[in-house]
Amino acid sequence: MSVSVSANEVADAPQEARERTILGLTADAWLRILMPLAIGVIALGGWEWAVRANGVPSYILPGPIEVGQTLVRDWHTLSISLWITLQITFAALFVAALLGLALAVLFAQSRVIELSLFPYAVILQVTPVVAIAPLIIIWVDDIRIALLICAWIVAFFPILSNTTLGLNSADHNLQDLFRLYRASRWQVLMRLRLPTAMPYFLGGLRISGGLALIGAIVAEFVAGTGGRASGLAYRILESGYNLQIPRMFAALVLISLTGIAIFLAMTLVSHLALRHWHESAMKERR
Amino acid sequence: MLAGVKAGPPVVTLDGVVKRYANGTLAVQGVDMAIGQGDFVSLLGPSGCGKSTVLRMVAGLIAPTAGRIGMAAGGEATGDVGFVFQEPTLMPWSNTLKNVMLPLRLAGMNRGEAADRAAAALAEVGLKGFEKAYPRALSGGMKMRVSIARALVTKPRLLLMDEPFAALDEITRHRLNNDLLTLWQAERFTAIFVTHSVFESVYLSRRIVVMAARPGRVVEDIEVNAAYPRGEVFRTSAEYAAHCREVSDALHRAMGE
Repeated sequence: MSVSVSANEVADAPQEARERTILGLTADAWLRILMPLAIGVIALGGWEWAVRANGVPSYILPGPIEVGQTLVRDWHTLSISLWITLQITFAALFVAALLGLALAVLFAQSRVIELSLFPYAVILQVTPVVAIAPLIIIWVDDIRIALLICAWIVAFFPILSNTTLGLNSADHNLQDLFRLYRASRWQVLMRLRLPTAMPYFLGGLRISGGLALIGAIVAEFVAGTGGRASGLAYRILESGYNLQIPRMFAALVLISLTGIAIFLAMTLVSHLALRHWHESAMKERR
Repeated sequence: MLAGVKAGPPVVTLDGVVKRYANGTLAVQGVDMAIGQGDFVSLLGPSGCGKSTVLRMVAGLIAPTAGRIGMAAGGEATGDVGFVFQEPTLMPWSNTLKNVMLPLRLAGMNRGEAADRAAAALAEVGLKGFEKAYPRALSGGMKMRVSIARALVTKPRLLLMDEPFAALDEITRHRLNNDLLTLWQAERFTAIFVTHSVFESVYLSRRIVVMAARPGRVVEDIEVNAAYPRGEVFRTSAEYAAHCREVSDALHRAMGE
């Protein structure tokens, strides 16, 4: 014998809001794209005009067009540096995500381990990376590894602390349910605590993505490695010494664009992972 | 006819069960109770009378401070007890089918067989076709149905429910009451239902245990001798009204009025 669901129950289910779209995007989405774009164009135009009108020499302030031209002309050198910075950033982020997650899981398994290790994670976090970078560069022979460690130190903590928080946020009734069915520690971890921690971990990853880039750049400023195999930070230093200010700006633009790209990539990853169930990835309903 | 549903030998017995919480609160004092095989028993009482505490002790989620809770042979096996919480308590990251599969998967059943059984359990509660839906997309009543399907998927001998329909609107609650009785008659499990609604307890139960607060204790044990299946006719009958009056009076006495 079975039963059926009533129509009014189904009718109560939340419906996806349907909005009018223009060329596939909602009015709100267009506003979100067009408004910042308009501000950007106005600001760049004003900058170019100010530089031309006042005859500012390019070794003090180059206009955006000249920066753009330099970016294209010096693309070969700059792209090599960009590639190196990207490698360090992503290696650091990867190690930070892996170690942060592993350590958070360890913390979640034992309160004693959490209590004894967490303060050291905090110490690592609050010590400015600029201050310890020289030491690390002295201790570690391979400069790439030294830079990676610096970037990792900065990127590691948000992932660890967010994931730890997430692992301890499992719904109380669900925990009871798992206990009722005599779930093992492993089953509780895999089926309850890790899924609960997922949005927190991804939030940490989003913060750490930007921080890993900053860590990599800052460490390289301290290290000041020369030669061809240097990252974008060294290009900025070098251009500064040589008064190649347009090139300095071009490197700066690349760093900003990289940061934005990392943020967007992390946001996309987060959205794809959570789109089915988490409030943060749901379309706004009015 | 199911008119003469008689409870079988006890599946759960409570002997002088006491629960005192760590902060000193005496939640339950000296509860003795025997619940027969196949019975439908409601625990009715005001807030703080310890009815949920009793239910959680029977489920084994908390241990009694003193006294003994006995399960009939076989009652200790995993999956022999189903529990429905006040909230649907679904995993938001899993679809309906996977939520219902959970108890089976935790018990080590392979994916395919668990999926088949879960789909059957969903069909039982009227949610055929909603297997792939995420909890976020379901109404409150439908989420509760998923929660019931999950509790019943292991074919438990004992179903424990902690005010499962308290948060639903009245029309949905009536529907779910009817459907719960249908499932109870079909699957022959023993049901313990915690509620603070006189009407709901009379409509559903064969037996109502009225509890009082501070400290939580059993004050009256009332039988509702009305035939099953019960439907809308019963809900408007004089018999139903009389039972409601009897239980309501007992509840008022329990509250010291």
